[in-house]
Amino acid sequence: MSRIPLPYNPKVLELFRNPKNLGKMDDATVSAVAGNPACGDMITFYLKINEEEVIERASFESYGCAANIATSSIVTEMIKGTSLEDAWKISWKRVTEAVGGLPSVKFHCGVLAVGALKRAIRKYYKNKGASPEWLEEELSFEEKQALEEEELAKMLSKRMKLEGEK
Amino acid sequence: MVENVKELLRAHEGLKREVYLDIENSSWVPEEVVKAMLPFYGERAYGNPTLTHKLGWEAFETIMEETKKVANFLGCKNVEEINYTPGETEANNLALIGTAFSKKSLGKKIVISEIEPISVLHVTELLQKYGFTTTKISVDREGLINLEELEKIVDKETILVSLSAVNNEIGTIQPIKEACKIVKEKNSESIFHTDASDAYGKIPFKVQDFCVDLATISSYKILGPRGIGVLYVKEGVGVERILEGQIGTQKLWPGVENTPLIVGFTKASELAFQDFRGNVNHMRKLRDKLIGGIFERVPDVKLNGPKGEKRAPDNVNISFLRCEGEALTIELSLSGVYVSSGSACTRRLLQPSHVLVAIGRRFEEAHGSILMKTTRYHQEEDIEYVLDVLPKAVERLRGITGTTRVD
Repeated sequence: MSRIPLPYNPKVLELFRNPKNLGKMDDATVSAVAGNPACGDMITFYLKINEEEVIERASFESYGCAANIATSSIVTEMIKGTSLEDAWKISWKRVTEAVGGLPSVKFHCGVLAVGALKRAIRKYYKNKGASPEWLEEELSFEEKQALEEEELAKMLSKRMKLEGEK
Repeated sequence: MVENVKELLRAHEGLKREVYLDIENSSWVPEEVVKAMLPFYGERAYGNPTLTHKLGWEAFETIMEETKKVANFLGCKNVEEINYTPGETEANNLALIGTAFSKKSLGKKIVISEIEPISVLHVTELLQKYGFTTTKISVDREGLINLEELEKIVDKETILVSLSAVNNEIGTIQPIKEACKIVKEKNSESIFHTDASDAYGKIPFKVQDFCVDLATISSYKILGPRGIGVLYVKEGVGVERILEGQIGTQKLWPGVENTPLIVGFTKASELAFQDFRGNVNHMRKLRDKLIGGIFERVPDVKLNGPKGEKRAPDNVNISFLRCEGEALTIELSLSGVYVSSGSACTRRLLQPSHVLVAIGRRFEEAHGSILMKTTRYHQEEDIEYVLDVLPKAVERLRGITGTTRVD
């Protein structure tokens, strides 16, 4: 319930105003979602992956704040033309740096964006029935955080519904 | 960080028109109010009103004369009932903590509603740490307090009931007179406080008609200067000081009286009340134009709070589905429209406005809410400008949301 100033930097503002690679991709090889509208942010990534396991194209849709839109947008740019293995190495910290930094309360936006990306990569290999060596079975930090956020949101929504029925 | 903000401000250069509707969180001060205040900074009455020299006596005279006017607007018996504080937050702190201090031997129970302002909510949380309990009465889908529940809850242990006269977020006009009557019938020792910051200057509100013991008024919500508010304390009602220091003309708030701010607040009150009906009709007309226009031009919207006469004349609060509120405030700002949102997008788990949650809005509906308030200074053209800009802003952000399922 507290508020803090949100001095977004010019890069975040620019990406908010002119996001890159926006929209659903009809011929995507794989797509994945992270977040929950109840938390106020939700990101979907669409990836077109070629036979060499290189991301040819990436796009996103995002329900969320300016930081959410900016981090999603930058992730699509960072992963274009990279191998899945290299894309997997991207951390939320790198994403935050790439948008020129974020107010600390908005770090979770970068985490969520990377969480959605890693889920998409994991899903791709699951669909394929393959498991490269570099892909650890244990969830990455970002995937875990995304999951935690979603579960909290579900719990809160459930509690609200119960209260609504009383 | 401030460099970032300078860049953000540069992005606003060359705006054709600017419309400020965020009266909930702060306001500009009209020129006539500033003009009334100016002489009291450097020309006259800048002394301490308790001191024995010309500037002190001038200050005393000014404060007494101004306070008479305020007492009249509020329908008080005498000027001693008016206590100036630095704002609504401080007045609510004084009302709740000061009553808890003075009544602690009679009971520990405090009753509020689910939709009280943050200052009231947080003060009751603080008081819980010192042995007081808080019971919240529920509200219906339009934010109207449940009087039957109030009647059941108030008992001999209840020392204080605090219910705002008009909800600050969704504009619900509460049956304060009835609520106060119920409280007094159940326990005549109970103190009844109302935060009337969104009632003063917006709906007919006289403390005597409403039979309340304590009432909070904010200056900036009627376009007076920030840094001043009032706690009305009915004659004979015991509220203890919560701050100690040099006591001057007022017993409940120590420190040097701020004469220019008192003058500014009084001037803003005069402007609000000199044509009260005309002002209210103007605000209401613009409110309805704004609400009507949004419903006409933007699909998938929900009005938060009641319609028509049950709603404060200045309040517009609308949820835009599939559109996140913080992003919308930024998008609108870049077009010169300044509003706030019930989305509290500053946490990992973003908890939206407690008021919207209490009236049964889902989180995703609350996250997409926008709060705007009209004033007598706004023009039809301002509203038309908002109605031109807003649908485009919502459409662009919904485009980014795309096919993401948010319902």
